[in-house]
Amino acid sequence: MEDLKNISLSGRKKAVSNKKMTFLESIYLREIVRGLGITIKHFFQKKVTVQYPEQKRPLSPVYRGRHVLMRDEEGRERCTACGMCALACPAEAITMKSAERKPEEEHLYREEKYASVYEINMLRCIFCGLCEEACPKEAIYLTKSQDFVMPTTSREAFVYGKDKLVISLEDAKSKKFGEAFVK
Amino acid sequence: MKITIDGHTIEVEPGTTILQAARMIGGASVPPTMCYYSKLKDCGGKCRCCLVEVTKGSERDPRPMPKLQPSCVTGAQDGMEVLSGNSQRVLDARKAVTEFLLINHPLDCPVCDQAGECNLQDLAMTNKDFKSRFKEQKVTTPSEDIGPYISLNKNRCILCYRCVKLAEQLTPNRVHGVLYRGDHAEISAYIHNAIDSDFSGNMIDVCPVGALTDRTFRFQSRVWFTKKFNAHRDCPHCSGKVVLWTFGNDVLRVTARKDEFSEVEEFICNECRFDHKKKEDWVVEGPHKFGKNSVLNINNNALAAPKEVEIQTEKLTLEGRDVDRKKISMKDVPMAHLEEKK
Ligand code: SF4
Ligand code: SF4
Ligand code: SF4
Ligand code: SF4
Ligand code: FES
Repeated sequence: MEDLKNISLSGRKKAVSNKKMTFLESIYLREIVRGLGITIKHFFQKKVTVQYPEQKRPLSPVYRGRHVLMRDEEGRERCTACGMCALACPAEAITMKSAERKPEEEHLYREEKYASVYEINMLRCIFCGLCEEACPKEAIYLTKSQDFVMPTTSREAFVYGKDKLVISLEDAKSKKFGEAFVK
Repeated sequence: MKITIDGHTIEVEPGTTILQAARMIGGASVPPTMCYYSKLKDCGGKCRCCLVEVTKGSERDPRPMPKLQPSCVTGAQDGMEVLSGNSQRVLDARKAVTEFLLINHPLDCPVCDQAGECNLQDLAMTNKDFKSRFKEQKVTTPSEDIGPYISLNKNRCILCYRCVKLAEQLTPNRVHGVLYRGDHAEISAYIHNAIDSDFSGNMIDVCPVGALTDRTFRFQSRVWFTKKFNAHRDCPHCSGKVVLWTFGNDVLRVTARKDEFSEVEEFICNECRFDHKKKEDWVVEGPHKFGKNSVLNINNNALAAPKEVEIQTEKLTLEGRDVDRKKISMKDVPMAHLEEKK
């Protein structure tokens, strides 16, 4: 077997030569012209950069963007403040407080317990998606929003509360974020 | 009297049950229990989780018992040989029992306050590839409050009778029990009578599932987010030895201490349990340790970390790097396993 060290995986491996340069080579004139040639060639080629934010790259369907808290088909919040997401979160980005649903609030929350406070610190979050995976109620998704966490100037603004996370009733009705699976 | 369980032989007193003998041996031989409770009289024989296979009845009558026996109510006999964790027949039977227990169970662990310390969860998780085959509509009944402190969710009740036996034992005239029989059986506070015994709160602790839960702790936190401390106070009614479930400086819940089989060591009174939710009321002894590998041990260093972590790497992957490693700052990384293979 050939020695592993000598196999070129990229196919571009070149052995460095320590040959002494001639005078013509050592004034680099030829190399400068050649380098400029490459630069000028790129003026006339298709550009690979995009002009964000006017122009956006397509995101992969499993792109993990900012979180959304889903509502069910009747517009009730799915999250039941079970704490599994906070437990799974390696960055300890999630905090929540739970409350008991009152009889007159049955149209608002799916289960008898709900999250009265639910916060994700987007500065802590590493967008690993473990919260989405841990959720037994199909309530939290990163892959459905296809949206970024926008930069701001204050740290507090990165702590997203329920006002930002829970999807709006219109979005739930128009199924903008698709349907959560119903188990 | 000698009894052999899974190949371990021990000496026991006459009158010991197979379950008690198995608990003396410990380890994988201990059958799971959902209804038996060592601190309650006449408790057991209801759930059939603790089934074992008796391969030799006794010295005098060595015939095996034809059916699996509930170990919590079967007495040990001299020369008896029992298979518990070692018998596939037993494990299959326990799995089937679990499936039966879960037939009418709502499985609302995300909402249930018992989650994390629930015996039924533990039982279901021990059946690794468990899958429920029950497709029909489950029986559901609305949850209700019995008394000011206890909330009852009948859906989660597995009819183990522990709370009934406790009420019988602690209160002269009990006010709740199991109504109807068979498929329709349900646990009930008879005509919503409040339970007014000083020790009624212990029902919450003996209940293996989330059927009876603490109303003062209802939905306050999840048990694995709390820190648990052993604490005591001078109580005129009980021993005053409790576990405080705290979050920050708040005492969210007070429970009795449980042993490694999650059975209460000493029952505590309602005053300790419900009325003293301030840290100043208690003398804190130190962190509470859980006997078994439990989710409650999360963030709790009671379990020793493994001494040495060994990373096995293919030698080819490291080709050339062992030299680099020695050159750079990783001198101390043990390379013994690489040197050996050379
Ligand atoms: S994506 Fe990962 S880091 Fe971010 S909140 Fe979810 S679990 Fe935590
Ligand atoms: S988002 Fe899901 S995992 Fe997190 S608390 Fe809500 S229901 Fe539980
Ligand atoms: S009693 Fe146990 S298994 Fe049943 S819902 Fe509560 S935690 Fe889950
Ligand atoms: S309420 Fe709890 S302790 Fe009482 S019978 Fe039901 S499961 Fe057992
Ligand atoms: S523990 Fe033995 S039958 Fe329930």
